[in-house]
Amino acid sequence: MTGEDNAAAALLSISGLTKRYGSTTVVDGLALDVAEGEFVSLLGPSGCGKTTTLQMIGGFVRPDGGRIRLGGRDLIATPTSKRGLGMVFQSYALFPHMTAAANVAYGLEVRRTPRGEIAGRVARALDLVGLSAYGDRYPRRMSGGQQQRVALARALVIEPRVLLLDEPLSNLDANLREEMQTELRRIQHRTGTTTVLVTHDQSEAMALSDRIVVMRGGRIEQADTPERVYGRPGNRFVAQFLGKTNLFAARIADGRVSLGDTGWQAPAGAPDGPVTLAVRPEKVRLSQTGLPGRVGERTFQGGRWLVEMDTAHGLVLMETPNYGPPPPREGETVRIGWQDGDLHLLFEGAPA
Amino acid sequence: MSRRNGPWALIFHTLFVVFMLAPILVVCVIAFTPEGYLSMPTDGLSLRWFRALWNNPDFVSSFRVSLALGAASASAAAAVSIPAAIAITRCDFPGRGAFLALCMSPLMVPSIVLGVAFLRFFSQIGLSGTLVGLTLSHVILIVPYVLRTIMNSLGSLDAALNNASASLGAARWHTFRRITLPLILPGVASGWILAFITSFDEVTMTIFLAAPETTTLPVRLMLYIEDSIDPLVAAVSTVLIVMALAVMILIDRLFGLDRILTGAPDRDGKP
Amino acid sequence: MTRFLRRLDPAPLLLSLPAGLILGLFLLLPLLATALLSFRSYSLYTGIEPVLELGNYLEIFGDGYFLEIFLRTARIAALATLLTILIGAPEAIILMRMRAPWRGLFLLVALGPLLISVVSRTLGWALLLGSTGVVNTALMAAGLIAEPIRFMYTEWGVTVALAHVLLPFMIISVMTVLQRLDPQVENASHALGAGGVTTFRRVILPQLLPGIFAGSIIVFAMAASAFATPQIIGGRRLKVVATLIYDEYLFSLNWPLGAALALLLFAIVIVVAVGFNRLAESRFARMYG
Repeated sequence: MTGEDNAAAALLSISGLTKRYGSTTVVDGLALDVAEGEFVSLLGPSGCGKTTTLQMIGGFVRPDGGRIRLGGRDLIATPTSKRGLGMVFQSYALFPHMTAAANVAYGLEVRRTPRGEIAGRVARALDLVGLSAYGDRYPRRMSGGQQQRVALARALVIEPRVLLLDEPLSNLDANLREEMQTELRRIQHRTGTTTVLVTHDQSEAMALSDRIVVMRGGRIEQADTPERVYGRPGNRFVAQFLGKTNLFAARIADGRVSLGDTGWQAPAGAPDGPVTLAVRPEKVRLSQTGLPGRVGERTFQGGRWLVEMDTAHGLVLMETPNYGPPPPREGETVRIGWQDGDLHLLFEGAPA
Repeated sequence: MSRRNGPWALIFHTLFVVFMLAPILVVCVIAFTPEGYLSMPTDGLSLRWFRALWNNPDFVSSFRVSLALGAASASAAAAVSIPAAIAITRCDFPGRGAFLALCMSPLMVPSIVLGVAFLRFFSQIGLSGTLVGLTLSHVILIVPYVLRTIMNSLGSLDAALNNASASLGAARWHTFRRITLPLILPGVASGWILAFITSFDEVTMTIFLAAPETTTLPVRLMLYIEDSIDPLVAAVSTVLIVMALAVMILIDRLFGLDRILTGAPDRDGKP
Repeated sequence: MTRFLRRLDPAPLLLSLPAGLILGLFLLLPLLATALLSFRSYSLYTGIEPVLELGNYLEIFGDGYFLEIFLRTARIAALATLLTILIGAPEAIILMRMRAPWRGLFLLVALGPLLISVVSRTLGWALLLGSTGVVNTALMAAGLIAEPIRFMYTEWGVTVALAHVLLPFMIISVMTVLQRLDPQVENASHALGAGGVTTFRRVILPQLLPGIFAGSIIVFAMAASAFATPQIIGGRRLKVVATLIYDEYLFSLNWPLGAALALLLFAIVIVVAVGFNRLAESRFARMYG
């Protein structure tokens, strides 16, 4: 993955990146390559080092070790103002004493772009984010979503090699956040700007990214496409951090994964012995054979039902669409199961 | 702010510190001179001017007047400001804005104007030169400071606490005594200290109002300086400076000096 | 219905009564009486005459002596304000950039003097820069100057001492604004390609202006009506309006004239403060509205 030939093709190339505060290592030898036009999300719980990583790329925090290269140029030796990256801050950091248009124009003025050109580019940038009519508004008079768009336009108008987004949607309410996700995706597709997003929201990361980098304790746990990170998590942490997961202590023997009396076909080449079996709740189905269980809580969530079931192997969570007959009631005894291809095996110690 | 101070900033800062402290330090040093005239104590330190101060009945009695006046007016100001602050922050009544403006208006009136206004008024109603008159004038001067600190601490109180107390069946007075007062007590205390210092240091207004037996320490000092400047005034000032320092350390320990003086929300701008 | 009941609630009235009574009786009444007094006339033989006339004001406006003192007061107050801006605004930024424990320590240095009597602080300047003061004695002993540098009874002496006394107010004012700033805004400017100087000029300074404005109003108002500092440094030889009022009241005993001077000073301070405030509001309203 991080071979020399790959690094040469990458636009942004990070290796051995380390940051320590006192005795705590916040970012620990991080290596990551981002290709031209790619949308990469750094995802993890707070304190995992994702924001510090972004700040080191942006030049707001000085790394203690490692390299950051942008198209072959050493970024660490470059002052922030010369890096040419676009950044959208969590607080938006709009200049409160300037109008939206003046905010957007600022980066161009600082670059001594000719006046005639500035007006046109500012107008196009505001148009891109759907704020053509709001150019002469001051930030305080704008809604959170509008401020967010201005911040995005301001970062994009300088045509940055890489766009850095620091939890840009975390200050918006749920509906607006979804709307902005779509918007962000559309804008990124249109401009084709290479983007690095920091977020702690897994659904945001999955909705937006070409690749998700799951981080913990300053290290990368897994970096892959959203589908693979979700469907084929590399370890327990990733499995549990992205969405809900049922984990079981299972055994492999003779090419079959078994949980008590019930068994499924093991993937080819899986070695015999104890294994952690992971199944997503939406893959769990009622079946004729399968594991016996008793229905505990069931929760209606509009588009779907969440059903908790007590089994001999622990609590199993089942998610079923609100379609056809409603799921069994609390206290009913049922059998559950899943398809051979829907299970995922984690080769590490037994679940707690 | 994340940026650090560069070398030029530190040079500027050093000059600033010298500018702020030089006149204060020079007073403290000269107070220890063994000579009979203003001079730096080059031939050793002496306490002769502090002894002279101790034996000066005028300054000693003025010191007592200032202490009593400061304590009386700060307490009276707190007593009227607590109910006023509650009325302003918790009640909606016609004329609330005007009442707040009235309470804050002494800040807008220059002390010299207050001085001449009270001088005439007190002489007409027979309070001229009395401790009662002085206390009244000081209360008016310091009510804005006390009121503001108490309003700040009331404002940071969750109004739902009152409703919670009421829902549990407490009467209003009970709620005040058991819930509100204990919670705003730090604010009241810091307002009291601020008011005491303001009253203790007041000179411009008081110089118009004080009779010989009710002359406060700063006024006594001022009148003495108008006559002559000798090491005795340096000794008096040193006492005042040391007292201010003690109060400063006390406030800083109790509440954080920057919070009291700037009304800042948190102490050291943690990220 | 609830609104009607609230109107009947006696609590706010009772709660605001003590403060309202004291301030109404002992603040508004004396001020009104002073206003009335300023229209009385005074003579050495008959004392204060119960007439209503503009004599005192005509005298003040007609006499170059008074005009000179008013102009001097304005000049001193304006220059002292300028000095506090030049020293206080940069220092506020420096203080904000400090880390614990330095920030706490130097905040004590910057703001602590507020707790020390103005008389003592001004006395310090007299002892430092007076003709027999520390600096002059040292410079003359070193043979650098033959004559002492004049500080006492000069305008610049009063101005410098006033700036020293009022500097904490400017620092508080600017720091209050600085504390509200989003630190990321500075980063945003750097990220957009602006260097340190551009960022300061275009992003930080404009945001500081409201604080500098507010501080200037306070400092100017206090400098223009200051009494203790000009009395100690300027004395009888260099009068400002406040020391003039003091002399009229306690030495010339012409209270009506003193009252007229005091009210004029009050009016000027209010007009300048309100005027500047309006200006500031119209300028910064869109930003902070």
